[in-house]
Amino acid sequence: MVRRIGLIIFVVLLAMVPLLPPFYLTMASYIGLYSMVALGLVLLTGVTGLLSLGQAAFMGLGAYTTAMLTLRLHWSPWLTLFASLALTLVISLVLGSITLRMAGHYLPLTTIAWGISLYFLFGNIPSLGGYTGLTDIPPLNLFGVEMRGERGFYYLIWGVCLVSLWVTINLLNSREGRAIRALKSGLTMAEAFGVSGPRLKILVFAYSALLACTAGWLYAHMQRFVNPTPFGVGPGIEFIFMIALGGAGNVWGAVVGASVITALKTVLQGILPRILGRAGNFEVIVFGILMIASLQWMRGGIWVFFERLLPPVKNPPIPEAKALIARTQPARGELLLKVESIRKEFGGLVAVNNVSCEVYAGEILGLIGPNGAGKTTMFNLISGELPRTSGNISFASQKISGLLPHQIARHGLIRTFQHVKLIANMTVIENVMLGAYLRTHDGLFAAATCLNRRPDAQVRAEAAKQLRRVGLADNMFALAGSLPLGKQRVVEIARALCADPILLLLDEPAAGLRYLEKQELAKLLKTLRDGGLSVLIVEHDMDFLMNLVDRIVVMDFGKKLAEGLPQEIRSNSEVLEAYLGGV
Amino acid sequence: MDLQTILILAQDALTNSSIYVLLAMATILVFATTRILFLPQGEFVAFGGLTLASFQTGIMPGTVWLLLLLACVAAVMKTVRLLSSGAARDLPKVLAETLLPAFAIGFVAHACAPMHLALGWQILLTLLIVTPMGPLIYEVAFRPLADSATLVLLTAAVAVHFVLLGSGLLFFGAEGSRTPPFTEAQFTFGNLTVSGQSLWVYAICILLAALLAWFFGKTMYGKALRAVAFNRHGARLVGVDPCLAGSLSMGMAAGIGALSGILIGPITTLYYDSGFLIGLKGFVGAIFGGMASYPVAAAGALLVGFLESYSSYWLSSYKDVIVFTLIIPVLLWRSLSSVHFDDEEL
Repeated sequence: MVRRIGLIIFVVLLAMVPLLPPFYLTMASYIGLYSMVALGLVLLTGVTGLLSLGQAAFMGLGAYTTAMLTLRLHWSPWLTLFASLALTLVISLVLGSITLRMAGHYLPLTTIAWGISLYFLFGNIPSLGGYTGLTDIPPLNLFGVEMRGERGFYYLIWGVCLVSLWVTINLLNSREGRAIRALKSGLTMAEAFGVSGPRLKILVFAYSALLACTAGWLYAHMQRFVNPTPFGVGPGIEFIFMIALGGAGNVWGAVVGASVITALKTVLQGILPRILGRAGNFEVIVFGILMIASLQWMRGGIWVFFERLLPPVKNPPIPEAKALIARTQPARGELLLKVESIRKEFGGLVAVNNVSCEVYAGEILGLIGPNGAGKTTMFNLISGELPRTSGNISFASQKISGLLPHQIARHGLIRTFQHVKLIANMTVIENVMLGAYLRTHDGLFAAATCLNRRPDAQVRAEAAKQLRRVGLADNMFALAGSLPLGKQRVVEIARALCADPILLLLDEPAAGLRYLEKQELAKLLKTLRDGGLSVLIVEHDMDFLMNLVDRIVVMDFGKKLAEGLPQEIRSNSEVLEAYLGGV
Repeated sequence: MDLQTILILAQDALTNSSIYVLLAMATILVFATTRILFLPQGEFVAFGGLTLASFQTGIMPGTVWLLLLLACVAAVMKTVRLLSSGAARDLPKVLAETLLPAFAIGFVAHACAPMHLALGWQILLTLLIVTPMGPLIYEVAFRPLADSATLVLLTAAVAVHFVLLGSGLLFFGAEGSRTPPFTEAQFTFGNLTVSGQSLWVYAICILLAALLAWFFGKTMYGKALRAVAFNRHGARLVGVDPCLAGSLSMGMAAGIGALSGILIGPITTLYYDSGFLIGLKGFVGAIFGGMASYPVAAAGALLVGFLESYSSYWLSSYKDVIVFTLIIPVLLWRSLSSVHFDDEEL
């Protein structure tokens, strides 16, 4: 409620800005434009963990495209909007697909290079007006009225800016949005639930470029003049300052940062040359110092202070929704997973040496072995995390070896992680909802326009159902990072269940748990098996496994040492020797 | 284009590329040991050239004030850190280590500036002023963030770039400067004339590369730096302080940058903001080497220099566009040849 009132006050204040002298009106228009660019950067940097120094160049691309098409070809500005967006989309997709498959530090380098190249192109191509730029860009025409007044344009800019904010917030609270928020902590987890990391990163980059391009298009028709100066690398860096100072983790941080930096720049450009006794852009020194100080002492940015004053976001109630379509589980005893003499070499070391085993529907198979036996390597081969050297793995008689983790997830093999991988600043239920990524198909467009309400409600209901099933109904709305390790492991299982798995792969689920927590976990897994689920557990805790699993495969030095019922394994002399070092 | 033009352009390219090679090395050195993409590398080039230019005109360079200011801020930060960790005992020693050298250099610079010393002494003074800025900047801007994500470090680097760029404008103004060549000698080989200055550039570049190779291969500090680059946590476990390694590599980067500026000062007019583009060309070389391989990066930097030189002959105003667009095919090549990469950040 307080948040809603705050938003209303903000919008009312915005609407009243034109009552101020024109100087402030112009500044507020610029803040609106810069907020849009910064918003894209919040999504890219604060949420996804990627950095671009070329956002100003995308703004320039929008501005110059519309300037050229309206001046030279006399297109309508509304038509050039689509042309600018299309051009930006193509360029950002190309840059993104080249860069974003590699380590994160290549994007900033590529975007600097892109920013510099574009700046010099704008400045050197004679038909683009060189460094003096292009003048007399036609004004926008809205319902037959030419928008020449500042006031009208101010409302247009902020209208577009508020819509972008709304769209971005919707996006972040959607299926793809949750996946995007998962990317920052590494791709492994998101990919285990069917997310293609590079694809989403490229889309986020393109989205932020499109926002910048729209701002550039507005800029060109507001100024009715473009030159290369505002689109170089320096201005691109200022956008980074905006979000770092405003708060990179929240969409409103973009607005706060854009306002603070724009206002500060105006003030400093007035004061500094007088203090220092010479002309020049000395505000960059202050910005740089502010920036380093805020990185060291105020990492969340200014928005954090607003956030503290506001009441926490209310959690939406669990909706009544039609259940998601579930897979038909295979009949008990059917062959599910068939591993045929799989082999993995790391250089000269043979970590897994031609191991074969099977998992049948409705059973819990334990994979055990002393430290260094190759269990985790085996697990990673099955889940697709590691490429195999030779051998074959098939699941429900389809070959899955050679597929990537996010493709294997589609077959219904869902895993948990030895080192818990939850998004600490998302609620438990949102974390679990991520598990259902592959069960609904609403994309970015549906999310942006709120067309995803129904599937999203279904996913929320399903996540709540799984959380109740594992006994975490009371912790649904807690932040995942605030739970103790034992509960976090159970959240991981709930998330896996939310993906409607056929075979659940558990990587050392009991590691780090206390005795009672282990007992609880064993009880839960037994209930799941009785419900028809098949489970493969990698574990070295014998006590935990013995009373839980139906069959055991023992590995030692990369080889399969024994296979059988728990009581057979318990009395197997080779196993005893491997574990106890000879008796 | 006749043979003579080709040769002249090649000579020009070789001079520029020598500088890019040095900067590419410094870039990789800093990135490997600290994970910082050190964009301000180029600012040291401008500082080097322009500080020397100030000495030439008999004025004390403004960079001295920056050095003193950095030393004071670093001293305050170290004091706070020592007091909060209860190691107040070490305070006098640490403060002396931080402040004394900077003030001594400042004093000498102040005393020597009007004396119009010989070029060699001025160069030495310039190096003494700019090189300590590296460790001090590391101390002030990066050390408190040393364990943060690459992204945060890069943001800090960008901020440092802004501060240094603005300071450069403040100290040296918007006018460009040229410094006198080390030697006026000209050598003629057939119909090609090579300036003595270019030979100096080649010689120092080769010498420095050899020195770096010796430093990393043979000395304890060099090996410690390599250990930190290979594995930060592992190095810490065997007693190498990653922060010391950070200071050391930044000091080397600042020294290499300043030396590069001094070397090209007589060849091209340097402005306060010339360094950024020069430094970025070193970056393009470093990207060739995947931010990891020194020899490949050196080859990349050579290519950048040659591309720049020959494109300035045909398409003079587009030479920077061409050089920086080169990044795209290079990255494409690297992304196709490298395997799936997941940089996990906690």
